[in-house]
Amino acid sequence: MTKEELKKILNDPEFQNLMKKVSFVSTVFFVLILIVYYSFIFLLAYGKDFLGKPLSDSSATTVGIPVGIGVIIASWILTGLYVYWANKNYDPMVKKLRDRFRR
Amino acid sequence: MIRVLGIYLTVLAVSFSSFASNEAIVGMNPVAIAFFLFFISATLGITYWAAKRSRTATEFYAAGRSVSGFQNGLALAGDYMSAASFLGIAGMVATKGYDGLIYSIGFLVGWPVIMFLIAEPLRNLGKYTFADVVAYRLQLRPIKILAALGSIAVVILYLIAQMVGSGKLIQLVFGIPYELAVVIIGGLMITYVLFGGMLATTWVQIIKAVLLLGGATIMTVWTLAKFGFSPENLFQNVKDVAGEKWLQPGGLVSDPIDAVSLGLALMFGTAGLPHILMRFYTVPDAKEARKSVFYATGFIGYFYILTFVIGFGAVVLVGLDKILSVGKGGNMAAPLLAQALGGDAFLGFIAAVAFATILAVVAGLTLAGASALSHDLYVGVIRKGESSEEQEVKITRIAVFILGIIAIILGIAFENQNIAFMVGLAFAIAASTNFPALFLSIVWKKFTTAGAVASMATGLVLSVVLIILSKTVWVAILGNPEPVFPYKNPAIISMTAAFAVGIIVSLMTKEREAEEKFEEMKVRKYLGIGAE
Repeated sequence: MTKEELKKILNDPEFQNLMKKVSFVSTVFFVLILIVYYSFIFLLAYGKDFLGKPLSDSSATTVGIPVGIGVIIASWILTGLYVYWANKNYDPMVKKLRDRFRR
Repeated sequence: MIRVLGIYLTVLAVSFSSFASNEAIVGMNPVAIAFFLFFISATLGITYWAAKRSRTATEFYAAGRSVSGFQNGLALAGDYMSAASFLGIAGMVATKGYDGLIYSIGFLVGWPVIMFLIAEPLRNLGKYTFADVVAYRLQLRPIKILAALGSIAVVILYLIAQMVGSGKLIQLVFGIPYELAVVIIGGLMITYVLFGGMLATTWVQIIKAVLLLGGATIMTVWTLAKFGFSPENLFQNVKDVAGEKWLQPGGLVSDPIDAVSLGLALMFGTAGLPHILMRFYTVPDAKEARKSVFYATGFIGYFYILTFVIGFGAVVLVGLDKILSVGKGGNMAAPLLAQALGGDAFLGFIAAVAFATILAVVAGLTLAGASALSHDLYVGVIRKGESSEEQEVKITRIAVFILGIIAIILGIAFENQNIAFMVGLAFAIAASTNFPALFLSIVWKKFTTAGAVASMATGLVLSVVLIILSKTVWVAILGNPEPVFPYKNPAIISMTAAFAVGIIVSLMTKEREAEEKFEEMKVRKYLGIGAE
């Protein structure tokens, strides 16, 4: 690819829009997983009693068990949502741009 | 090379004749030996098939980029679910309760981070190793030296930990002498990687992942069936047998700073493990790379939920005293539960699965280490990026052999050492040396060669020194009364310092060429135009 072609793509408004969208979405997802995980860590550090409490008076299951499994499920959901978003938005944008620049 | 195979098979034959000699929990178990032989012949068959398809560098390092997202997801999960996670985490849940779950969650959350920050640009920008990405717009030689050092440090530490752990496991389960167990593992691992390259390694990984997930699922369902498929009933029994404490967070996270530090190492260390990052080059494009992380996250998360049930199942159905009497740290909790559930036949199956797990993980590590030695050090540094494919593959094969022999020697040398800190150290180095430079090179225009070198050197030196000064080495191994560094994991200092140094040095230096190339790189990074 020549320098001119590269310049043309870099200055293309559609390409700039794609970059903006992709970095925005991936940053949001990254911040979300940070919040999920570090809330869990801070709960462990400062809310041990809360996590160690039984779900109800008669049960043995503690609050910490569904919370912990919840972090695992949140990881699934977040990665799944990102793939869903990327398949639906990122890939078509890439395809369109590649077609337009015949690459 | 055929001769190597011949020697190896002889060793294997000798090993079987010495089976019954020691006291073991499986010993001459015919089911275990049948599965063991089945796995070995299947994987050697695959290696033979893959050998014909592993001639060019792309075939050897990246399986010809022919692996699908789903297959790579399984292989990634296979690389990650080591014997340490299967036996170690199940054992930790059995002996420490809830804390085992905390540990496995830390290991899992690294995967979404890989997905959101690394996977797509990594696939689009690199060729065979993550160092390719860091060196993309910076000066090749200094970057490759440091990145190769970081990779090799991680690989060797991880490899020693796996070798020692697996040697002990096989000794305990099958009753083979420790040294022989290490030689068997080393020999098989060299065979897979040397002849079959990434293609064989990937399929060994996939078979192992399926076996492990299947075996753990059967164990979990079987366990739950004993409690009327009610987790609450299982927890109630755990409470009765071991006490309420088992269901509550315990001593693992006592100091908040230590907790954050461990969290950082686990979360960002995954995104700096060379053998994991290398897998992203086996898929055809960024879309498949993204898919593979989704599948991997699913499989690994599912697996950790299973180990949680298995660990608790072992507490009730086997009993703590018996678990602790057989292996330190409760590592034998899962095999003992298998025996309690399905007798010697099921124990044999699970033992063979654990063996397959070890083999697959060490094969993946060896390939990553060899590619750092040949692709990064030999081609990138010594040949300045210019080498024929034939030459490169030849050097890699030599590197595989050397690395395999080193792993065997170190595995035997470290037999009686406390190696528990090694995986932690590998993660700390990965998070402090590899991840900051990789991340900054992808996202930051003003990142310079000097900044990258300073960042990687800082991360490597600090993480190693701080681990030595921490309780795990300074007190537990060197015998000093008080640790110099108060935390168990150095990541909070070493990773932060690596980022800070990388940024400060980059701001003090200027590299016009790197900035220009950053602009051009965007087209390849986002659109995959020109990607390998």
